[in-house]
Amino acid sequence: MNETTGGIEDDEGSGIVKKFMFVNRKAPYGTIYALEGLEVVLISAAFDQDVSMAFLDDGVYQLVKGQHTKALAVKNFSPTYRALEGYDIEKLYVERESLEMRGLNADDLLVPVEVLSSAAMGDLMKTQDVVIGF
Amino acid sequence: MLHIVNKSPFENTTLASCLRVVCKGGGGALLLIEDGVYAATKNSVAGNAVHDVMGDIQVYALWPDVEARGIQDRVLEGVKMVDYGGFVDLVVEHSNVQSWL
Repeated sequence: MNETTGGIEDDEGSGIVKKFMFVNRKAPYGTIYALEGLEVVLISAAFDQDVSMAFLDDGVYQLVKGQHTKALAVKNFSPTYRALEGYDIEKLYVERESLEMRGLNADDLLVPVEVLSSAAMGDLMKTQDVVIGF
Repeated sequence: MLHIVNKSPFENTTLASCLRVVCKGGGGALLLIEDGVYAATKNSVAGNAVHDVMGDIQVYALWPDVEARGIQDRVLEGVKMVDYGGFVDLVVEHSNVQSWL
C-alpha cells in the first residue's frame, strides 16, 4: 500500500475497509494545510473507511478552544472538529510531547481526544494502511 | 514503515518530529530527499541526530539530491544512497509510507 494510490481506485465499491490516518502538523490559520486537511478528512468519510486523525507539532493548535476569527475575516473552522463525530470520525489522537512543548493539555482542546506518547503514536502509525500528512 | 523527510533540518523541526515518533516506535526506514538530505551530513547537529538513530532504523538518502547539493563527500557512514528506482523500491518494500510535509 502506498499513499499515491491511497487505495481508493482499487477498493472503490469492493467493500474493503482500510485504515487511513491523517496526520496534522500545521497551525490553523498561517497556512491552508489545516483547513484543506479537514476537507479531505470529511470527504474520506464518504468512502466508509476506517479514518483517524493525529495531531502533532503545531497541529495541536488546530484543536485549541476559544478560536475567534471574525477580526481576521477568515472562516473559523474549529467547530468542525466537534462535528466529526457525526461523520463517524471518532478517533482523534494527540501527541503528548507536542502538547507539553506548547504548554497545553487535553483540557485546553475543544474535543475529547486520546493523548498518546511519541512511541505510542509511532506504533499506531505503523498499523495504518495509508498515512497522509497535512 | 517508510518515513520520507524533505525539509532542511536547520530551518524546520520536521526531522526532529519524525525521529521522535519513529525511533521510539522502533524499526522502519527513513528516506531523506530534497533539502532533507542535509541531515545526512556528518559533523552537523542534524547529522549527529541521524547518526544516533541508525541502530534503530535504516537511513537512506536520494543520491540525485545529495549530488546536486555537493554534499556527497560529507555523507554520514551508514547512510545508503538510492536513485529514483531505489526510491520506488523502498515504497514498494514497506507496508506503508508517511511523507512528513
